[in-house]
Amino acid sequence: MSVLVFAEISDGKFKKAAYEAVSYGRQVADLLGSKVTAVAIGQGADAAELGQYGAHTVKTLSVGEAFTADAYAAAVNGVANEVSATTVIISNTYTGKSLAPRLAQLMGASLASNVVSLPNTSQGFVVKRGVFSGKAFAFVDLNRTHKVLAITPNSFEIKTYGETASVENSAVTLASSGLTIDAVNKVTGKIPLTEAEVVISGGRGLKGPENWHLIEDLATALGAATACSKPVSDMDWRPHSEHVGQTGITIKPNLYVAVGISGAIQHLAGVSSSKVIVAINKDPEAPFFKAADYGIVGDAFEVLPQLIAAAKN
Amino acid sequence: MTGMKILACISVVPDTTTKITFTENNTQFNTAGVQYILNPYDELAVTRGLEIAEANGGTLTIVHVGRADAEPVIRKALSMGANEAIRIDADPVDAQQVAEEIAKIANGYDLILTGRESIDYNGGAVCGLLGAMLGIPSINVVTRIDYAAGKFTFDRDIDGGRETVTCAGPCVASAQKELCEPRIPNMRGIMAARTKPLQVLAAQSAGGYSQYASFELPAPKSGVKLIDPSEAGKLIDILRNEAKVI
Ligand SMILES: Cc1cc2nc3c(=O)[nH]c(=O)nc-3n(C[C@H](O)[C@H](O)[C@H](O)COP(=O)(O)OP(=O)(O)OC[C@H]3O[C@@H](n4cnc5c(N)ncnc54)[C@H](O)[C@@H]3O)c2cc1C
Ligand SMILES: Nc1ncnc2c1ncn2[C@@H]1O[C@H](COP(=O)(O)O)[C@@H](O)[C@H]1O
Repeated sequence: MSVLVFAEISDGKFKKAAYEAVSYGRQVADLLGSKVTAVAIGQGADAAELGQYGAHTVKTLSVGEAFTADAYAAAVNGVANEVSATTVIISNTYTGKSLAPRLAQLMGASLASNVVSLPNTSQGFVVKRGVFSGKAFAFVDLNRTHKVLAITPNSFEIKTYGETASVENSAVTLASSGLTIDAVNKVTGKIPLTEAEVVISGGRGLKGPENWHLIEDLATALGAATACSKPVSDMDWRPHSEHVGQTGITIKPNLYVAVGISGAIQHLAGVSSSKVIVAINKDPEAPFFKAADYGIVGDAFEVLPQLIAAAKN
Repeated sequence: MTGMKILACISVVPDTTTKITFTENNTQFNTAGVQYILNPYDELAVTRGLEIAEANGGTLTIVHVGRADAEPVIRKALSMGANEAIRIDADPVDAQQVAEEIAKIANGYDLILTGRESIDYNGGAVCGLLGAMLGIPSINVVTRIDYAAGKFTFDRDIDGGRETVTCAGPCVASAQKELCEPRIPNMRGIMAARTKPLQVLAAQSAGGYSQYASFELPAPKSGVKLIDPSEAGKLIDILRNEAKVI
């Protein structure tokens, strides 16, 4: 009954989400008194390094990186069989979200996504997961012997163990997919919103796309990603991939700075689990102040230049 | 393709403005006064499914796993233009049970569509589960679906970008925002929906994958600390040294 962690590789490197998943997997293994194996599909990444985050063993499949849910799920299921894993940990990135349900089905496992806690095994196997788009949490008991947990990125401290993992080539091969990938377009040089630790977000209060340099400059100075409210992406001021909220992306950064965003319930749903929230709004009655840790009641066009200057300092 | 068959899976969820609360010692979602709507992503799945069916002389079937009180929402999907609907009479506890029920009726469709996630339980799981159950490809979070020359083309969101994939079908895809503008039913559609076939089937899946033990609301914020706008730069200092998040 070992624990298997899917350690996602992107551009020849493990993602931070992979370290987090491995460290989480180690804690689950310690809880269950078992060992943790990581599976790394793709090339370039230093597999032994995962020992640092708690992996005892890493199984590698040196193939191309092109992800398809059907082929990857079959391969991870193969490795799960190889190491007799009963619990599989996956980070809930776009890739993880595609993989987890297919894998759960192949394993006959119970599935929980958006997991934000370690399992409580004192009675059953209970995990806490986000529901109602960030408006609540549920404690769900996973009843099957096999379990697939998709953990919310940036929810767990990445523990280090100072160990070296033993690396083994897996006998499993990656089967061909029923899909053909025709093109992949990655935005380079930008931090993906779902992985960002700091997010600077703008709303309709910024008046127009021509003012977004203020958001971008602050983001650059703080090494942050940029986001926006729904109307802003609906009006094409910003790409839809930046839209956060109930019908956009749900994020959980360490710091979320909302500038000129009123704080509608649908917007808050996607950002309220951020560790620290800052609201900047000229209206003291804006609902965002009720959800924020820090606030500035003021004009964004006066406040942002001061913040940019201080952040560059 | 003539006679293309498309299946759209719909979930019925609390309206997005719903204030979420729980009863029975935080073990039950409080449904009092809650308005139910067609899951926003499923609205996109139904709309794009209809556009593709109409362009290819095909049909679109709606499926919902749930109780009879969901029928007004199923009728709404029919009023958008769907040809027929199936309701599988169950009270599903999780996405796995939903997918098991749908898989029983999903053979013979060229394309199956779901939403990216239901905005209540946010599993985002039905698409992948169905793919694995039916042994067909699953394509998550699609922002484009086109059909030409015997194959479907999808754009889908990936971490930090977007990719284009093709598949001859059958396959299952989950709708992401930007796929299309949701179709608003017109009067003729609403009238026609009243007499469209809505078949009710008995549930077959035993479920038993998971059990919701209890719920919890996020801890309320302890109150906002205001910083004078004339000294806005101080905020950076506080975030660095007090909150330690930058
Ligand atoms: C089904 C449904 C789903 C939805 N999903 C989402 C979602 O996922 N995400 C989302 O964001 N919204 C969503 N919405 C929309 C949501 O209800 C709000 O309409 C939206 O969030 C408002 O965006 P905003 O705050 O940018 O704009 P507004 O509400 O117009 O607020 C602008 C704010 O800027 C402030 N302001 C103006 N000028 C300045 C200035 N110079 N300096 C500082 N502040 C200024 C104003 O005081 C105001 O508070 C959804 C709505 C529905 C019905
Ligand atoms: N009860 C249901 N009946 C039919 N389809 C559903 C049901 N629940 C979820 N779905 C479909 O599966 C998608 C993802 O739901 P979920 O996995 O619950 O987040 C939804 O957008 C729907 O398309």
